[in-house]
Amino acid sequence: MKGKRGSTFIAVMLAMVLLAGQSFAEPITIEWWHAMRGARGETLDKMVKAFNDSQTEYKVVATNKGDYGEVVNAGVAAYRAKKHPHILMSFEVGTMTMMLSGAIYPVYQLMADQGFKIDWSSYLQAVLSYYVDEKNNLLSMPFNSSTAVMYYNVDLFKKAGLDMPSKTVPLTWEQMAEITKKLVAAGAKKGLVTTWQSWIQIENYSAMHDIPFASKANGYEGLDCELMINNPKVVGHLERLKSWMADGRFSYEGREYQGPNAAFVAGDAAIMMESVSGIGNVNKNAKFAWDIAPLPVEADMKQPQNSIIGGASLWVMKGHPKEHYKGVAAFMNFLAQTDMQELWHMETGYFPITTKAYESLKTKGFFDKIPYQEVGIKQLNRTVPNKNSRGIRLGYFVQIRNILDEEMELIWNGSKTAQQAMADAVKRGNDKLREFEKTNK
Amino acid sequence: MMVERTPILDTFTYVFLMAGICVVGFPIFYAITAATLPLDQVARIPMPLNPGDQFFVNIQAAWNEGNLGRQLINSFVMAAGITVGKIVVSMLGAFSIVYFDYRFRNVAFATVFCTLMLPVEVRILPTYEMAANLLGPLQWLLDVLHLNSLVQWVAGNNIEISLEWSLLNSYTGLILPLVASATCTFLFRQFFLTIPEELCEAAKLDGASAMVFFWKILLPLSTTNIAALVVIEFVYGWNQYLWPLLITTTPDMTTAVIGLKDLIPQADDIPKWNVAMAGSLLVMAPPVLVVLLMQRWFVKGLVEREK
Amino acid sequence: MIKRSHFKSNGLAYLLITPQVLVTLAFFYWPAIQGLLQSLMLSDPFGRRSQFVWFENFVRIFTDILYLKSVGITLFFSLAVAFTSIIFGMTLGCLANRALRAKALIRTLLIWPYAVAPAISGILWLFLLHPAYGVVAYFLKNVVGMDWNPLLNGNDALFLVVIASAWKQVSYNFVFFMAGLQAIPHSLIEAAAIDGAGPLRRFWVITFPLLSPTIFFLTVMNIIYAFFETFGVIHAVTQGGPGGATNTLVYKVYQDGFVGLNMGASAAQSLVLMALIITVTVLQFRFVERRVQYTT
Repeated sequence: MKGKRGSTFIAVMLAMVLLAGQSFAEPITIEWWHAMRGARGETLDKMVKAFNDSQTEYKVVATNKGDYGEVVNAGVAAYRAKKHPHILMSFEVGTMTMMLSGAIYPVYQLMADQGFKIDWSSYLQAVLSYYVDEKNNLLSMPFNSSTAVMYYNVDLFKKAGLDMPSKTVPLTWEQMAEITKKLVAAGAKKGLVTTWQSWIQIENYSAMHDIPFASKANGYEGLDCELMINNPKVVGHLERLKSWMADGRFSYEGREYQGPNAAFVAGDAAIMMESVSGIGNVNKNAKFAWDIAPLPVEADMKQPQNSIIGGASLWVMKGHPKEHYKGVAAFMNFLAQTDMQELWHMETGYFPITTKAYESLKTKGFFDKIPYQEVGIKQLNRTVPNKNSRGIRLGYFVQIRNILDEEMELIWNGSKTAQQAMADAVKRGNDKLREFEKTNK
Repeated sequence: MMVERTPILDTFTYVFLMAGICVVGFPIFYAITAATLPLDQVARIPMPLNPGDQFFVNIQAAWNEGNLGRQLINSFVMAAGITVGKIVVSMLGAFSIVYFDYRFRNVAFATVFCTLMLPVEVRILPTYEMAANLLGPLQWLLDVLHLNSLVQWVAGNNIEISLEWSLLNSYTGLILPLVASATCTFLFRQFFLTIPEELCEAAKLDGASAMVFFWKILLPLSTTNIAALVVIEFVYGWNQYLWPLLITTTPDMTTAVIGLKDLIPQADDIPKWNVAMAGSLLVMAPPVLVVLLMQRWFVKGLVEREK
Repeated sequence: MIKRSHFKSNGLAYLLITPQVLVTLAFFYWPAIQGLLQSLMLSDPFGRRSQFVWFENFVRIFTDILYLKSVGITLFFSLAVAFTSIIFGMTLGCLANRALRAKALIRTLLIWPYAVAPAISGILWLFLLHPAYGVVAYFLKNVVGMDWNPLLNGNDALFLVVIASAWKQVSYNFVFFMAGLQAIPHSLIEAAAIDGAGPLRRFWVITFPLLSPTIFFLTVMNIIYAFFETFGVIHAVTQGGPGGATNTLVYKVYQDGFVGLNMGASAAQSLVLMALIITVTVLQFRFVERRVQYTT
């Protein structure tokens, strides 16, 4: 029955091809599973549509498979059952798992195999560096990348008689101590709040101050790495934040983004450290003047390193017919085009991945109109990424971040000293790293 | 009927009942209010509690953004399929266990009973693999026993046996794995055990066969139970989240509960809680209606489960 | 158990049970066996590398103080959810039973939460209880003036997830208590009233003992619910924090396995959960079999 229908189908197809020539041939479907929804999902759909309209050989079908965790799981389940998509989105903390999965076709290799000569040096290095292997080859295509910056309430700054911070030169934490003191004295309910505490206060803090987060070049050079966050600088930083809680200069508002965002938007918190991807929300809901400055650094850090990115990248998965990969490569190439990257940045606030798109946005005067959009890019671009600032590559990083969240909460509620909490975090995190190492030996 | 007159206690009764109803109903009241407000009001802290006039605007936005029309149909098919599937499979199973005596009766019962209460979440990955290729275990057997080489040796050429029957992206895939549950079988078993022996004896005296007894006597007697199970299983099927998320990969096949997640504000999105709440109302309406409209049977049936 | 009067076994009996057995084997036993194997192995999620490690995964979780702490939290959490929802359900059931008017309306207004998907009730409660923008949180903090901070205080956070989880079960419990109360013969209550027992005393002496089987049954059901179906609420409201204070077993399975892709650890944890739940079910089954009088 099935066979018969199949052959009829083929006969019909042949007839059609004979009648109408090549243009009627079914395009090859390329599946892409992603985690973007809402406004971002709409922009993504626009990009997919642009690609599908631009040629007839391939048709990209983009599917939202839930949040980051759900997308990766769907991908894993599908891969094991050999039903996986061509392109799978994975969050940055899943990089190590994807890299070692044996299920992926590294992007640099794909592009070379399919005859795309790409000048990787024309990409934003701080974005690429999160997804390269130890030989600096790109494994997955960065898609939505952001970094953390400092939002501040201009009205509250004025009320406290403060100067507005620079958009390029970071404040020092000593200055922050003074500023938050004045803000609170002038009536701000909360001085400073932070979203994603592990990412901003430990991972980014370490990168900018050129301190290793983990040994073996933050895990890039070996599975036998160990966490190194119980160093005096990180511990001192966390202790400082804890001490600021007593007089309201720092307030803990939750692990993710909702709490700190609400506090900032309501005008309770004068300063919020948050991803640049939060600009849209603040823009829409803040009923006061606000602006963005780089993240602060310690006074002795004369030339701070770049901050690191967050977000997700696109992994090409193995196991599809050869002719499909030509389409995948064409699509990857298409996404990196300047007009697509401009669209992506302007509509979502995520960084463009090429310097060309960045320059083009500059020439068009985009950043003159909205100068705060450029703060994050400049902070990322201010140095060449080095071993401590190009990214963090750990096994079971999701679980390690959970551990960090837990231990930091124990600092904030006074159950542990910062020293104790970081020592415990290192110990617990290393257990996870050893487990991962053993699994992947 | 009242035992005594207790006006004070009666007043208390009604006051507390009202309070209870308010507490239980508050989340939904709040959701409805949110669904009537424009964005800037819903984002205010605290959100105002008097309704606005944007209800239909928000409902429409939710409807358009989420492809909900198609997904509601999918949810309906899935819920109805699970309901019918479970009831048919388990009623036949229970009939076999209770009304026949055969060698593996107890084994069969124990086999099925073990699955009671075990949610799909704790066995999700292997179940997915199973659904991706129903013939997987057979293929595994082939591989283990090296039957492939045997076949090749016998046939003398390069025949490769590969067995595949995938349920991904199909209604069967959405429905079949969730039919595997013992709760209904257990309920029917308990119910059949309470049916008077005389009925079966009489049927046998009349020379009725087993299936005639089933159709003419057992089925009519079970209508209340079936009606109750329809409510329970429909709600269960409609409310599934993790399974449809994994098993479907095209937007056209997903269900409404999953489609709804598209509307919930994600990290750093603009918090359109008004639209999200309007969508929640749309998606929860069908099972709530089923429960309310079939209340009588539902209450009876739910309680039967206890026995 | 079998009917005294039954049909002769022929092929038909096997035919009738076949669909059930097939579906159970395919979608329960086969996956369960795979899960069991997984728990004895260290493997990467994509199935490329795996090595047999015997009980290492189990040893690891049972020597992890935090896992043991999570077991404690889960037990406390489940009992608290069961207790809260049963007390509320029973109170409402008794009150509704006393009410003479509008019984059907009252019932209608109290049972609808049963139909709300856990995924959706998580969303509703997130919106209500979120420490930053939830109206309940706002009310407790700014109107009642409670020093209430679930972001820092573990007990506050636990309280929050218990309330949110218990909500859906109140209506479920309410239905059972309603039915149970209606089954109590009025003559008993009237007799007690004639003896001069007040309403409260009648409750303790007559109603409560007669309801105890219902209470036992509901305790089991609510504990099972709290074990498995509450992760949506926890995920939405506390993410297991602060400092692990609301990290229940099923949330840990979700975090380690589903998000963290640690296959061995999560399989082992699932198995522990499975064992717990089978124990509870078997206990309940034995109890139920003993208690119920079938017709003979």
